[in-house]
Amino acid sequence: MVGALLLVFTGLTVALSYVHFGTQKANIAVAMLVATVKAGLVAAIFMHLAAERRLIYRILIFTGFFVLGMFWLILFAWYDYPIFR
Amino acid sequence: MEIPYTVSNRPDTGLWNAKIGIWLFLASEVMLFGGLFSAYIFLRIDAPPGMWPHGLLNVPVGTMNTAILIMSSVTVVLAWASLKMRKYNAYWWYMLATITCGVIFLTVKLAYEWPQKFDHFGIYIKPEALGKYEQYLGNAYAAEKGLPPRLEITGHLHNRAAQNDPNIKEYEVALDPLNADPTNPEMDRPHFWPRSATEKIATIEKEDVQYATMFLPRHSAYFASYFTITGLHGLHVLGGVLVFIYMWLPVSKRLYQQNPEHLANRVEVSGLFWHFVDLVWIFVFPLFYLL
Repeated sequence: MVGALLLVFTGLTVALSYVHFGTQKANIAVAMLVATVKAGLVAAIFMHLAAERRLIYRILIFTGFFVLGMFWLILFAWYDYPIFR
Repeated sequence: MEIPYTVSNRPDTGLWNAKIGIWLFLASEVMLFGGLFSAYIFLRIDAPPGMWPHGLLNVPVGTMNTAILIMSSVTVVLAWASLKMRKYNAYWWYMLATITCGVIFLTVKLAYEWPQKFDHFGIYIKPEALGKYEQYLGNAYAAEKGLPPRLEITGHLHNRAAQNDPNIKEYEVALDPLNADPTNPEMDRPHFWPRSATEKIATIEKEDVQYATMFLPRHSAYFASYFTITGLHGLHVLGGVLVFIYMWLPVSKRLYQQNPEHLANRVEVSGLFWHFVDLVWIFVFPLFYLL
């Protein structure tokens, strides 16, 4: 069931990438939104995160915190350029 | 010595050990791939106009590979559920299906997709010589349409010796459709079905060339990140397949006969790894193939 849903979403990602949403940024946002939904389904159902022990949620909260911190570093590097943009 | 807490829960964590182990490992994997993805974002937002290629990968093949990975995630869940219901035969077949999917994925990647790239040639033209090759680049048309500038001519290199022989003064390239007909509106955006190189041959003098290379990691920041991320992902698929093969072989049937729950837990834990690998691919596919 979830597998079929994921396959449908894959088709959706491909189809939507050939629809022009005005700007490239909008297309990226749409594709990443669909990918996040798919990733959420995999995590919640396949990896049975929908019902897991609290300790595992704690591990994942830390992971999420650190990985977001890492992505946030891009912003620092971006403004740390010779010319302020 | 008996391995502790393979099936029973450890009192202080409330979980069997391997379950915590795999989640901690996956947490470190998130950081590993997260670092590469943030490098991808940084390289991409910093790429000058025209320096981030689009539509160079084979989308139908990529879509097929995505579907194969998703199906293998389903079969691994079914394999685990079969073990929980103590149906070893069903488990064996689902495991075989999973392994087959993993092997197909890797074969497509290594024997088809990558070699096709290694065989494709890209030539970046020096800025001052761009006008000379306007018939292949169509920059006036691109500017009029608000498309990014075209700095590269791609296709199949005919005189391959030109790559290393300084006495050969030009490249002869069978042009890709875009460069063969650059003002055709059909070429403005990438297509789902890839179009092979045309019969039209262009001669490009080496003195007009900024640099030229096959589609290897050195071609661009795009291909460097593509090969790094898909390569690392491929290694993960390979690792998963090897573990699954071990659990599919008769050795594991012995474990099943002694302690079926232990084998079920092993399958669950390696399944978690496999789903993670699938999850990474769900992001890799749109980022590299589609956007």
